[in-house]
Amino acid sequence: MIVADQKPLEEILQMLASYKRVLVLGCQSCVAVCMAGGEKEVGIMASAIRLARRQQGRDVEIVEGAAKRQCDDEFNEPFAGTIEKQEAVLSLACGVGVNKLSERFALPILPALNTRFFGEVERQGVWTEVCAGCGQCILHLTGGICPIARCAKNLLNGPCGGVRDDGTCEVKPDLQCAWILIYNRLQQLNRLDYLAEIMPAKDWSADRAGGGPRKRVREDMML
Amino acid sequence: MTGESNLKRILESAGFAVTAELGPPKGADRHVIENGAKLLGDWVDAINITDNQTAVTRMSSLSACAIVKSMGLDPVLQITARDRNALAIQSDILGASALGIRNVLCLTGDHISMGNHPKSKGVHDIDSIQMVQMVRKMRDEGVFLSGDRITGEKPAVFIGAAENPLAPPPEFRVVRLGKKANAGADFIQTQVIFDVERFRVFMAQVRERKLHEKLAILPGVMPVKSAKVMNYMNTKVPGVRVPDELIQRMQASPDAKAEGVTICVQLIQALKEIEGVRGVHIMAVQWEEVVPEIVERACVRKKQPVGKFA
Repeated sequence: MIVADQKPLEEILQMLASYKRVLVLGCQSCVAVCMAGGEKEVGIMASAIRLARRQQGRDVEIVEGAAKRQCDDEFNEPFAGTIEKQEAVLSLACGVGVNKLSERFALPILPALNTRFFGEVERQGVWTEVCAGCGQCILHLTGGICPIARCAKNLLNGPCGGVRDDGTCEVKPDLQCAWILIYNRLQQLNRLDYLAEIMPAKDWSADRAGGGPRKRVREDMML
Repeated sequence: MTGESNLKRILESAGFAVTAELGPPKGADRHVIENGAKLLGDWVDAINITDNQTAVTRMSSLSACAIVKSMGLDPVLQITARDRNALAIQSDILGASALGIRNVLCLTGDHISMGNHPKSKGVHDIDSIQMVQMVRKMRDEGVFLSGDRITGEKPAVFIGAAENPLAPPPEFRVVRLGKKANAGADFIQTQVIFDVERFRVFMAQVRERKLHEKLAILPGVMPVKSAKVMNYMNTKVPGVRVPDELIQRMQASPDAKAEGVTICVQLIQALKEIEGVRGVHIMAVQWEEVVPEIVERACVRKKQPVGKFA
């Protein structure tokens, strides 16, 4: 899922400072699952803003809502009438939702979240980045562990000299070296031979870094 | 010195090579490089110029190498994959060759978060093994990474890579060294070695795979000034192990600096005896003035200093 964090309330209040009528719009997809921008978080966020503004002596009129998926016009359309009556929308979706609403509506759409990464649930309350969406998957060669997302240096040919004896990365004490994980996994799969081959330079043209903003077109699905 | 790599010449004539590291300044003063090169020039076969070492911005390695080269010495251009993409690295290789710089050391580089620009973006377009392969193809086949052809003169560089032989996983380090050999590395300069016995085990694995016949291996050594520094190296630097005995010697010595130099000399003498070791790489890190004494006492130079800068 897409994992996001709420921005500090102070930053959100600054964004909203000049507005008196605001829709706080959540998203019931990824950011609801990672407890950053679902219906429940919308309620808490709206209350916090109301309280803070009252303390400042500048009341604000807040409407609350949550789209099924803010990344799709279809699910934002039911809110169109409400949105058009506001001065601004505070979106609790990932950055995709903020972009989508901004394309559709003329008023300011403000981000309440910092969108972070594609993540797995490591354990309750902990999400970890494991895929970078680079557009050219090599997980069949690395035992299902991604060195592009999980190695701080995007290495493709084994661990650098910065791995500690306990298998952690020099970059962060609690970060497991992706290549130690890959080594152990390929050993388990009896495929250590993969690691003796030189993996060629990555084709970054499929990634954002090389190819710029990306698009997927399925002509057979188009109306 | 002519257009040939001195380091290559020494290694090809089966000599014991001595290289030393020189870090460029955090400023634009060329005298820092000149003074360092003068100090080392009579005593070593090639001078490695680091590339924004520890991810701290400094004078560029390429320009410092050009200064060293202009003094008639043999620089080793260190290039990290952290700061440059494939385009920039290849253009620097062409430029280095045009300037008469004949050695390159292909490195991944310390992570950007560890230096003085932790908010900048690391590049990591290619890794160090891919860099070796890319430079070898430029030199031997006259093609760029993309397959596009080099026009006219190909870069004439002796290609090096690093290795951290005692970092985990122990069984894989020699495999990775083999990948560097297959990628086209000519020489290897290793992370600092204090634990000769463990390095000896690594070299046995190297010989088993006959990698010492494909690569000239130069283990790294470092003179340290105090037991505290040695302890730091032991506990904080990945892949560096210092035997207790050496730390105790540093603690017991009334003159820790002198003891640090003696230990370095003894390490070189011990490493030199290991089959497959073709030289030594001295990383004095801002203590370059002891390098001449170390080289002299370790008796690793067949001839006396040439006295070019005496």
